[in-house]
Amino acid sequence: MLTFTGEALSYGRTTVLSDVDFTLRAGERVVLLGRSGAGKSTLLNAGYARLARTFPDVALVPQEHGLVPQLSVFHNVYMGRLDAHGAGYNLANLIWPFPAERRAIDPVLETVGLDGFARRTVETLSGGQKQRTALARAIHRGGRVLIGDEPVSAVDERQAGVLIDELGRRFGTILLALHDVALARRIATRLVGIRAGRIFFDRATADVPDDDIHDLYRA
Amino acid sequence: MTSTEPERPHRLGRFGRVGTALVFVGLAAMLLPFADLGLGRHDPWAELGRMATGFLSPDFTSIEALRWTAVLTAAFAICGVALGASAGFVLAPFYRHGMVRNLCIAIRSIHELFWAILLVQVTGLSATTGVLAIAIPYAGIFAKVFAEYLDEADARPAAAMPPRADLISVHFYARLPLAWREFQTYLLYRLECGLRSSAVLGFVGLPTLGFSLDTFFRQGMYGAVAAVLIIYYVLIGTMRLWMHRPLVPFYLLAAIAVMASIASPPMAPGALARFLTHDIVPAPLRSGDLGDFATWARFGDWLAALLAGQALPGLAATLVVAQLALVVAGLVALIGFPTTVRPVAGRLGAAFGHVALVITRSTPEYMLAYIALQVFGPSMLPAVLALGLHNGAIIAHLLGRQSAHLHESLRPDAPRGIVLYAYELLPRIYGSFLALCLYRWEIIVRESAIIGLLGIPTLGFHVDRAIQEIRVDRAIVLLIVTMLATMAIDWVSRRTRASILPGRLGRNAAAE
Repeated sequence: MLTFTGEALSYGRTTVLSDVDFTLRAGERVVLLGRSGAGKSTLLNAGYARLARTFPDVALVPQEHGLVPQLSVFHNVYMGRLDAHGAGYNLANLIWPFPAERRAIDPVLETVGLDGFARRTVETLSGGQKQRTALARAIHRGGRVLIGDEPVSAVDERQAGVLIDELGRRFGTILLALHDVALARRIATRLVGIRAGRIFFDRATADVPDDDIHDLYRA
Repeated sequence: MTSTEPERPHRLGRFGRVGTALVFVGLAAMLLPFADLGLGRHDPWAELGRMATGFLSPDFTSIEALRWTAVLTAAFAICGVALGASAGFVLAPFYRHGMVRNLCIAIRSIHELFWAILLVQVTGLSATTGVLAIAIPYAGIFAKVFAEYLDEADARPAAAMPPRADLISVHFYARLPLAWREFQTYLLYRLECGLRSSAVLGFVGLPTLGFSLDTFFRQGMYGAVAAVLIIYYVLIGTMRLWMHRPLVPFYLLAAIAVMASIASPPMAPGALARFLTHDIVPAPLRSGDLGDFATWARFGDWLAALLAGQALPGLAATLVVAQLALVVAGLVALIGFPTTVRPVAGRLGAAFGHVALVITRSTPEYMLAYIALQVFGPSMLPAVLALGLHNGAIIAHLLGRQSAHLHESLRPDAPRGIVLYAYELLPRIYGSFLALCLYRWEIIVRESAIIGLLGIPTLGFHVDRAIQEIRVDRAIVLLIVTMLATMAIDWVSRRTRASILPGRLGRNAAAE
């Protein structure tokens, strides 16, 4: 589905990851681990960019959510399927939301714990609520692959587990960056550790001892 | 190209900030002998006295007619700005394309009044002329400013859109909402400019406040002139009170209805076709055989004579007026700015300073020049004074806004009065001051050209004469010269600004 062989990935002009060998196969749930600035986001962005070209059936939860603060939660979630309709339909829905679209989005909002928030503008939400909106957009988009950069970092631990499980149920293939190791072990079939600009390990979850993960975060 | 990059700050750095100002002052001093600054009237003070008496006793006898003129002024402004903003709104996403950008630069480098006198040839003294004269240059300005707002907005939401979403949907969902508030604020500000433009269009015969002003001035009815000015200030000053967002559709419909009610003299059919295929074609090409070399030789002679006889003298006069006005504007700003700062001018002085600046900057430069011309008679003096005062007041106002909190954060034992200004305020604002002057430079050149319509021999004078003689082809060439001059000044100004002050300054300074 997605393959990098010996590639250098850069953020802007600086090369962040060199010599990347990485493959994502259908049905896998891969979590990237590493200190902040290690290059997880760079790998995710490169992966998304490549998938988007060849396999547009991909949902995304970007790092800063990529929400439009001036629009309502409903519209931000609707944007997940902006490619499902023509411009005319989308513009009409922007000015006067279709009841059918509201009915489609309400259950998604319920799933992420935002029921009743559809008409609120995103700029009035808390950090956690914004993140749930971004998750709702990805869920509403659906599809077979999800790419998410710290998709549950702003919600509390118990909620994070519930939401991660929900993502696991809805998407067949998942590539995430997480800082919470327990959460990573909970969802991942494979763990990828990134350290000092290189892939440090890339193994099935059960084969990664805690010591290896500990090494990632060592100075 | 790359090799010149590092050189630039060094080269201009040689002049330094004070040096840059001295270059402009020196240039103005050198141009002074070429400027016709004589008093056209023998006794301007007597005329001024009559005006002052009239102004102090405003005559509202024709208030009924004036009220309708005020409505017309607002209606022209609303329709023109709405049309211009709509066009700019559509053009803005494509502004990065060279063709769109150059088109916008070209249409906005020609003043509303020039558009008006050109359009009168096609659509007569009609609603269409007035609305288009505002809408066309404003479209170019709106496109540029809207495009800048879109570029400055957060790009991440658009990057998070589904890969195959169409561009129009992405634009309206993930780009436009992020810049929408800025659009609205700017639109309101532009409407204020539109009211000024609309009033000034009266000077070429459209039925707005400028027309009433002109009429009463010609008859020496200074009391009535005062009434027109008061109505004008009330219209501008209260705009933010009556222009509320929910009422916008109502105002727009009302303005369209008012426009539709204007009776205009009928134009002969096919005026547009005639204008495009006959009037604007250079005379030697119109009648001659285009395959014949002699035709092109005649065209060359025609062009050379036009350039040497009208364009160059007009351009020279325009630049003389502009450079002198720029220095006057700088002086007015340097004197005007501190009069609005309380620790410098005192409470009463600051209030007075504010009022004086508001009046001079909300009176269009063309109107000021017109009034100054009535006082001093025809020479470059009224033009220089009017442009200097108006632009200086705008610079002073923007400086005041930028440094609004400056004097609040001064040390507690800071001096007061003139010493405070010289030692604490001026050194801090000087960079902004210079940048704002350079911003206004291009605008002053454009305005110097247009003031020729009042009879001062700048480019506008020659354009007007060509139009009067029904030689539209010549007017077009002269307008192209005006356009190129404005663009050249804009280019020099941008490079100089970049070397003085990194970063951006108030956009309104550029747009006002």
